[in-house]
Amino acid sequence: MYTFNHKNLLGIDQLSVGDINMILDTADAFLEISSRDIKKAPTLRGKSIVNFFYEPSARTKASFEMAAKRLSADTLSLSANESSMVKGETLIDTAQNLQAMNPDIIVLRHPSSGAPHFLAKHLEAGVINAGDGMHEHPSQALLDLFTIRKKKGRIKGLRVVIIGDIAHSRVAGSDIRALKKMGAEVTVSGPPTMIPTDVESLGTQVVSDPTRALKGKDVIMMLRIQLERQSGILFPSLREYSNFFGLNKELLKGAKKDVIIMHPGPINRGVEITWDVADGPFSVILDQVSNGVAIRMALLYLLIGGE
Amino acid sequence: MITWIKGGDIIDPRLGTQKKLDILISKGRIEKLLTPGSFQPPGGGEVKTVDASGMFVTPGLIDMHVHFREPGEEYKETIASGSTAAAAGGFTAVACMPNTNPVNDSRSVTEFVLERARKANVVRLYPVAAISKGQKGESLTEFGDLKRAGAVAVSDDGRPVTSSELMRRAIEYARFFQLPVISHCQDLSLSSEGVMHEGSISTRLGLSGIPAATEEIMVVRDILLAKLTGYPVHIAHVSTEGSVAFIRRAKGEGIPVTAETAPHYFSLDHTAVIGYDTNAKMYPPLRESKDVDAIKRGLSEGVIDVIATDHAPHSPLEKDVEFDKASFGIIGLQTALPLTLDLVREGVMDLPGAIAKLSCNPAAILNTKGGVIEEGKEADLTIIDLNKEYVFTEERIKSKSHNSPFIGVKMKGIAVLTMVKGRIVWESNELNPGS
Repeated sequence: MYTFNHKNLLGIDQLSVGDINMILDTADAFLEISSRDIKKAPTLRGKSIVNFFYEPSARTKASFEMAAKRLSADTLSLSANESSMVKGETLIDTAQNLQAMNPDIIVLRHPSSGAPHFLAKHLEAGVINAGDGMHEHPSQALLDLFTIRKKKGRIKGLRVVIIGDIAHSRVAGSDIRALKKMGAEVTVSGPPTMIPTDVESLGTQVVSDPTRALKGKDVIMMLRIQLERQSGILFPSLREYSNFFGLNKELLKGAKKDVIIMHPGPINRGVEITWDVADGPFSVILDQVSNGVAIRMALLYLLIGGE
Repeated sequence: MITWIKGGDIIDPRLGTQKKLDILISKGRIEKLLTPGSFQPPGGGEVKTVDASGMFVTPGLIDMHVHFREPGEEYKETIASGSTAAAAGGFTAVACMPNTNPVNDSRSVTEFVLERARKANVVRLYPVAAISKGQKGESLTEFGDLKRAGAVAVSDDGRPVTSSELMRRAIEYARFFQLPVISHCQDLSLSSEGVMHEGSISTRLGLSGIPAATEEIMVVRDILLAKLTGYPVHIAHVSTEGSVAFIRRAKGEGIPVTAETAPHYFSLDHTAVIGYDTNAKMYPPLRESKDVDAIKRGLSEGVIDVIATDHAPHSPLEKDVEFDKASFGIIGLQTALPLTLDLVREGVMDLPGAIAKLSCNPAAILNTKGGVIEEGKEADLTIIDLNKEYVFTEERIKSKSHNSPFIGVKMKGIAVLTMVKGRIVWESNELNPGS
């Protein structure tokens, strides 16, 4: 019997292929709970989980909260404007105060890369990285793998392209690592201003032009353009971005006939993806959301040490 | 009272030689250099004997780049605590950068700093005054008055002088007072959010990058300004292969430029940041292994004249935080010597060559005393045990702050005795017992 030996989930690098398969298999089992009439299992009764979100987040926070509740854990959600961060408390003080309440897991979203690693060093509780700066968002990558596996039956050998602001995307950071680890081939695409230095060192190739990049790919992942990055330095305008790097029906003509289209959300309709493509037959965007709850149930269960 | 340092190997970094000589010190000066065995101490206990056999005696080491945080941030370091750390690292003199609070941009701050150093009474302290008022990069400070007050050089270290016009005028004006100009090279607009070297590791860690060009653009600018004005510019903390190449070329063309690097730039690379270690965060950032190699080559070929620590104390308030929020800088006074000696063991430099970069070269650039062991000169000396092996632990740190990436690292070589004007300011219990 394979054992899952982690207290924290800080990034994809710490996971082995076996770990990832176990998370996906466990999520498969939990998927069923979400389709029941009474969507609750007693598995984590008496455990407490703190969702600590230093950045605004709708779906990741909701997804973790839903996952915890379906497993009967007690949850507490804190966001930046409620936390004492606005009162000038440092992260280490906040961490120590939380620890004093003895939670089992802290789910952290933070604008600083490495903040979950910092927290994990100072805490007894387990830490799940729910997105740190421009670094990683591992639960998103796991739900993406889960979605791909369900749709394609496998991950190994698939050809995946990720299009958009790779440099500032923690989703890309985790997806590239996770897909490579599971044996997929990964290409990144987008304006050269949004491709990180030496990204090839993560094992990807760079094809800036999406028209060429998506040819022959099994999976297209679109990334959200963060509207706050519209300073005019990385790209001149949303209009031009959407014309040259957005996914639309015309561009999709060059893709494989059984391609699936993914997006971590929230979508900027009409910017990185058009309405018709987002809602079209190739899109699995809402499956990603449903699968997200199952993946997070699996993570909470495995990290807290379910047998 | 006479001090007799016997049995040591004396390093003369200017001549590049080493030979066994005894040193007699009286009234703070080197009275005599003698062949070993020729001095017989008179009876009566008028002679203090220091047994330096098996040790090397060098001119007192000079660190031309430290931050002692006083006035303003005494919780990180004071002039007294920094001076003690300097002495324990083998330094007999330090040049203090002006980015205190208030900035050292006036006679009163310069005099305050010197007064504190006199009170501490440990090592020589050379104030470096700001180039611009408040280090704002807008208007020149009173170089003449500052020099009269005791400043030895001008620099806006910690902040670049962004305006090329102001930098040009600063260099021209400094010439009149023969004040050295030290430049902190950083194109702020190219690295405004950067927290580490831009490369494969910053991509892996999701941290904003500081490309090598951030430094090199300003190195080239300041080389061109040295050429334009015909007056020397000293480039602080060189960290990149490109900077070394540009400085090499400038020197080859006879442009008056000198350069320093810090021990971390030849000891560590950007992989030290993995794990988000804020003690691996400094400006300039730790670069790639090719840069480390280039820095060593630059030292070996004399392109880089000086090794200086950029000793930058910070407390847990600034360092025990998220990586991107942490302050830049590490302490370095007590690790500079063993890390430099590593380069001697590696064959990058010979021992006198390495000592030159820590003594006579900075003295020449700053126009200060020191860097020599000669009869009649003031006795600023460092006695070094080249072979002492130890782990650099927090307990050894004399600085008020402990922000060092070298804690827990094995070191080889240590200053066992530091002497300023004939007075012992640091003596390790690791000096030959029974002396």
